[in-house]
Amino acid sequence: MKPGTRLKSAACDTEVIVIRCSKGSIECGGRSMGEAKRSEAVMPSADHANGTLMGKRYVDADGQYELLCVKPGRGSLSVDGVPLNTKDAKPLPASD
Amino acid sequence: MNIALLLEMAAEAAPYRIGLVCDGKSWTYGDLLAAARGAFELIELSGAEYVALLDESSEAAVIALFGAALAGVPYCPLNYRLADADLSALLGRIAPALVIGDEERITRLGGDQGHTIYTREMFTLKAQESWAEGEEREYDTGEGVAVQLFTSGTTAAPKAAILRHSNLLGYILGTVEFSAADEADAALVVVPPYHIAGISALLSSIYALRRIVVLPAFSPEDWLGLVDGEKITNAFVVPTMLGRIIDAVDKGAKADVSSLRAMAYGGGKMPLEVIQKALSYFPGTGFTNAYGLTETSSTIALLGPDDHREALASSDPKIRARLTSLGKAIPTVEIDIRDEDGRALPQGEAGEIYVRGEQVSGEYKGGSALDAEGWFPTRDAGYIDEDGYIFLSGRADDVIVRGGENISPGEIENLLLANPAIADACAVAIPSVEWGEGIGLALVVREGHEQPSKDEIRQLIRARLRSSRLPDKIIFVKELPYNEMGKLLRREVRFKFESLV
Repeated sequence: MKPGTRLKSAACDTEVIVIRCSKGSIECGGRSMGEAKRSEAVMPSADHANGTLMGKRYVDADGQYELLCVKPGRGSLSVDGVPLNTKDAKPLPASD
Repeated sequence: MNIALLLEMAAEAAPYRIGLVCDGKSWTYGDLLAAARGAFELIELSGAEYVALLDESSEAAVIALFGAALAGVPYCPLNYRLADADLSALLGRIAPALVIGDEERITRLGGDQGHTIYTREMFTLKAQESWAEGEEREYDTGEGVAVQLFTSGTTAAPKAAILRHSNLLGYILGTVEFSAADEADAALVVVPPYHIAGISALLSSIYALRRIVVLPAFSPEDWLGLVDGEKITNAFVVPTMLGRIIDAVDKGAKADVSSLRAMAYGGGKMPLEVIQKALSYFPGTGFTNAYGLTETSSTIALLGPDDHREALASSDPKIRARLTSLGKAIPTVEIDIRDEDGRALPQGEAGEIYVRGEQVSGEYKGGSALDAEGWFPTRDAGYIDEDGYIFLSGRADDVIVRGGENISPGEIENLLLANPAIADACAVAIPSVEWGEGIGLALVVREGHEQPSKDEIRQLIRARLRSSRLPDKIIFVKELPYNEMGKLLRREVRFKFESLV
């Protein structure tokens, strides 16, 4: 896995772009994400079904992972089972 | 990662929302993406190694920028104000290119260079026709160069600055929140397409889903008219434009500018008088001074709206002075001040501004200017005060070394500009047998004032500055040479002194 890779959910429509990553398993809806389209429809597991938001960035507590959501879906993102949170940067005044 | 992602996301989230308005024609994000994909087909077909634009701002700039990105060739907007010979040389440096714009001029200057040439209308039309919904293509992955800009060359021949997809995405993803704009928001873009601010304006507005309203050629009346008519909420201007807008208001131009929430400026030195007037003429607008360079993918430091209002209202000279500051580094970059040997200077001391961050390319065709730790020497001179505000004192290359002493031209110029009889001032290095370099001072007398004698000027300087700041030669000129972005062309002022010898 390297930054720039586009990953697709196996459990919903979610697609993310990897901004930063380490060696863990990146999951959506409780299932490992992959570069290929999912072959069969699986529901997100109940504890990973909070949904993803378009354009939001998702990070882990240690700052090792950062994912940009480029297509939203019903599953939520996690790494090795630990949920990721949205990164809320302080908005800058528009400068251009 | 490819910058085309920004437009793809906008088109995914809001395909039918208006993304751009130019000459009364509206383009949705879906339209723009489809045309960019069509442009990809045209570029592939042409075998071009660059996509160049020799034109004012329009939808074609967006289509060419993203079409080139999809095709994996650099987008290279050119300065149409350049003289024929200079432009011909630049066209030669990017051949073979797909060149969009002034067909007659491109053919005349580079007709034998192997380019594929389109007028704006033809390019836009063909791009729309060349892609159909559902067509799948392998687009470039965005590992390489997205944009190549020739620097304005105020000190030397134009250099080809290179911005990679990663630099531009680092800037946008780090500073702009996706879909942050309300549907009614609109950004007025008037900076020419070959300026970095013209490119970052397109990228950040598209990512924020903020409708772009293009004003291809600036005039203060048209600008005010569009702000009123299109209910513009955001605008970016260079200082000369703001100066002309203020003049127009002074002369009675009327427009309802109450929709304008945010006005950013940058690209050159903002005269204190202009920003003070602007703050009072636009009481409901938040002003932001954005400092950045081509090589840094636009803004690296900013002075925000609250800082402006606080400075204007303060009686403390230190806080008032912030109106002339660049503000503070944005959170995604680091800024340092260093001496001539590249050593970090203590806070408060003046030296060269260095910057590091993902958005900082510092790369030119043929080499990188970054040091081993990734720091880019901006060649801008400045210092950081105890509250973290950055102040610019000029270009490092403009420093006058007189008898071993470094003299910043700004020191002398600012003193003289505070004098009511002086409308403009420029200090440059001139050859001196005695000192190595001496000081040449070019002055413009303000209308309605008597021209002060050279002795009076020397007295003024002697009263406030050290004797080494006394000019060796003073000339009075009708006006100082500026480029169209409001940058003072010090090289030309130096030529003026040389031609006197």
